[in-house]
Amino acid sequence: MTSRMVGQPVNRVEDPRLLVGAGRFLDDLGQDAAELAVLRSPHAHARITDIDVTAALEVQGLLAIYTYEDLSGPLADPLPLLIPHPAICAGRTQYALARDEVNYVGEAIAVVVAENRYLAEDAVERIVVSYRPLPPVVGVQAARAAEHLVHEDAPGNVAAHFVQEVGDAAAAIAAAPFRLELELAIERSASTPLEGRGVLAQWDSDSQRLRMWTSTQTSTGVRAAVAAKLGLDLGRVEVITPDVGGGFGVKIVHPWPEEVLVPMAARALGRPVKFTEDRREHFISAAHERGQLQHIEVGFDATGRILGLSVRFWHDNGAYLPYGLIVPIITSTQLLGPYKPGAYRVEFDSLYTNTVIVTPYRGAGRPQGVYAMERTLDAIAGELGLDRSVVRATNFIQPSEMPYDHGLIFQDGRPLVYDSGDFPASLAKLKALVGWDDWPAYQAAARAQGRQVGLGLACYVEGTGVGPYEGGHVQIETSGRIKVATGLTSQGQGHQTAFAQIVADELGVSMDDIEVVTGDTRRFPYAVGTFASRAAVTSGSAIALAARMVRRKILKVAADALEADPEDLEIVEGMVRVKGAPGVAMALGTVAVLSNPLRYAFDEASKAATQFVVGDSDLPPVNEDDEPGLEGRDYYSPLRSTFANGMHAVIVETDPETAEIKILRYCVVHDCGTLINPLIVEGQVHGGVAQGVGGALYERLVYDDAGQLQNASFMDFLMPYVSEVPESIEIDHLETPSPLNPLGIKGAGEAGVIPSAAVFASAISDAEGFAITAMPISPSDLFELRRRHAGTDRHNESIAKKEPTR
Amino acid sequence: MTSSSLSSSFTVTVNGEPQLLDLDNRTTLLDALREHLDLTGAKKGCDHGQCGACTVLLDGRRVNSCLVLAVATQGHSITTIEGLGTAERLHPIQQAFIDHDGLQCGYCTPGQICSAVGALDEADRGWPSAATADVGAEKITLDDSEIRERMSGNLCRCGAYVNILAAINAVSP
Repeated sequence: MTSRMVGQPVNRVEDPRLLVGAGRFLDDLGQDAAELAVLRSPHAHARITDIDVTAALEVQGLLAIYTYEDLSGPLADPLPLLIPHPAICAGRTQYALARDEVNYVGEAIAVVVAENRYLAEDAVERIVVSYRPLPPVVGVQAARAAEHLVHEDAPGNVAAHFVQEVGDAAAAIAAAPFRLELELAIERSASTPLEGRGVLAQWDSDSQRLRMWTSTQTSTGVRAAVAAKLGLDLGRVEVITPDVGGGFGVKIVHPWPEEVLVPMAARALGRPVKFTEDRREHFISAAHERGQLQHIEVGFDATGRILGLSVRFWHDNGAYLPYGLIVPIITSTQLLGPYKPGAYRVEFDSLYTNTVIVTPYRGAGRPQGVYAMERTLDAIAGELGLDRSVVRATNFIQPSEMPYDHGLIFQDGRPLVYDSGDFPASLAKLKALVGWDDWPAYQAAARAQGRQVGLGLACYVEGTGVGPYEGGHVQIETSGRIKVATGLTSQGQGHQTAFAQIVADELGVSMDDIEVVTGDTRRFPYAVGTFASRAAVTSGSAIALAARMVRRKILKVAADALEADPEDLEIVEGMVRVKGAPGVAMALGTVAVLSNPLRYAFDEASKAATQFVVGDSDLPPVNEDDEPGLEGRDYYSPLRSTFANGMHAVIVETDPETAEIKILRYCVVHDCGTLINPLIVEGQVHGGVAQGVGGALYERLVYDDAGQLQNASFMDFLMPYVSEVPESIEIDHLETPSPLNPLGIKGAGEAGVIPSAAVFASAISDAEGFAITAMPISPSDLFELRRRHAGTDRHNESIAKKEPTR
Repeated sequence: MTSSSLSSSFTVTVNGEPQLLDLDNRTTLLDALREHLDLTGAKKGCDHGQCGACTVLLDGRRVNSCLVLAVATQGHSITTIEGLGTAERLHPIQQAFIDHDGLQCGYCTPGQICSAVGALDEADRGWPSAATADVGAEKITLDDSEIRERMSGNLCRCGAYVNILAAINAVSP
């Protein structure tokens, strides 16, 4: 029997190529292409009064300059608002090139195409733009105050206002024996993949076809958007995603201005054109995330059970709203985590500011929601003097309550219904892993030695595998090799490996015979994209279904040829054979030959499939409901998301003098259903935790009052290197299979990052004895907090503003 | 070397092969490799020497190739990721990255590999780092803290650090 591949920690098939420098990333392609550079706004908010390109025209090697005036048809319209929502009251998106107003530093105003990037940048420098500066709106507080407006026709700077409520939260809080209020803040961070954005386009004037390569998380989305913007039939546009050097959310946004301008220029100039974003451009013209202010009111009983929870938050969506309300809606719904408050009300404003747009970054609104909920639970535990884990357990949804309907609408417009999960079991695993019950003694002993240590705990639930669908195509070639395609893209998740594992099991073949292609619209034109921890769930399931379809056909064709019943056949190591009689067998390649009736025999193998040899002469060679060839195409469209979950604990030590925050241990219990490849899942968790450490302790995007990003470089925007992450991340898995898909899987891509702000705030609060209510936190921040709390009895101070309890 | 005011013609050995280049004096080593020698393994992550994705070995020592002017490498020897191993015959560090899952998207990986090779050589020569307890030692054993210190110039945004550490540990003598 071929051993089962799903569940094995198989080494990644992607690796050898990438390890020897043979990866093909966007900027490795099109070495002879003309290059495009962008003139970007130096002002956060200004009217454009004039653009003078005269001096730029003298640059040798210049091929073209485009401003808004050169755009026509759909290209002259604003870029799309990709995900509309009824709560959006003023949806604004930017033009591919600014028309008459700029709304953030970095907004594209003009593009230059030249023989190379150096010359293009020389020309950009010579374009003179005249501006009339307008007052900028920077930060959530300024947006709320609305003394100035980002968009004149968006009153109060409000892009959207949304309320969801289950039960009467206000009444439940008012009637509760205990009440608390919290004010929390979380700052901006960003995906910052090591490879920035990039686009290469090639126009074939003979066939009137456009081929483009783009570093994206959705090739089909880019294809549709570019076809619409350039007025091309979809069939004339091909989009190929090469190796992508990380996405983490930012590359799901499309079309970027450059994604329509590069093909526009390639078509106009009749030669390939490329744009490769530089690092500063990525900081000021891609996307950010995370920034929110939150106000929480909670009412609870003496056991810590939440009777009513009311959350009001203000979300900074930046200058425009191309990705709709996905981030704040996820915050507002996933905030609930594994808990079931008696009543819940959430209200948010999504606000415009004169800063870079805010779109999903790994976690996509969940880190903020988990932070709000977990800070609240710590506050309740502190108020009642209860163990923090006990308060959490008291509020858990129980396994017997699955599927659990929260009565809310999730980001996909579907009811928020958890499919499965065993939260008490996960918590028990985490407490055992970190040694929760021994903690008070450990902490007391450390304190006696003058050391400050803290233990943090945070739990989350993550909706993954969101629809609408993905597809898979599986084809057996006459060589016996298996070609697999799915439309969504890869940015380092090991899809080629994981999907090959699935197909190997479904077909009974070796992984070595399988080749997986992702993100190429020529191979699979129907797809959504890689985001929301959805690839394994959606494409993995679709590929499994397609493989099952092929398997049925293999058995049917082989049964005819071997004169056996399909039920009596099995596929083992690429051979179809009669069970119990392994001598009666046929290679899959031969089955593929037989599946396609031929008129022409081009080699010895194909002779076997000519119409004089195969088939029943009373039936057509390709019978009704049949197709030539050995291939299957199927789709997986989930009724709704599947919900993964996890719980993290971190132990930190804070230096009494320098306030340096050191990670002593980091523990993860993770439940993403059936594991396809534990190696890949653990890699994803490691990566998420590393980004979480960054988000909690280092990363913040600092704007000055004028809307200038002050730290738009890797020198000034601090991210974790190997020196900043824990030396080991201790992981334990729980596998609660999802009932919603054929493989029982749930997504894992974002898991590691989701509880990080919450778990570090919890641990640092525990170490210091005062509440941490703003994240990220640097040693300077902590030092300042200590000064502010000096003289108070820190170890008895509550996290929250207290109302008198009855 | 022949020179005009703007460009220079010079010879440099790259992966064992002498290369004659005629480049604008402002061309960085990274751009020379990628755009003029078709060696695209070294990557541009920031172009400011902050991410390490462009790390190559210059006479065996690691450098950020985005911070080196190509013309300054005249007469020197460069080893890039393409010169360390092939898919069929991997360098031990490359194999360790597979065995320990030390990469995800692969964009930083050529720089990580070159940096690790350089770090192992530096330790073998007894060059101390900020994490070295005995700076007079003839050879330095790379433990976790040494590796973390010596690899702290290579950013991996996918966050594969735990496994990168394990991979280098596995090869370190």
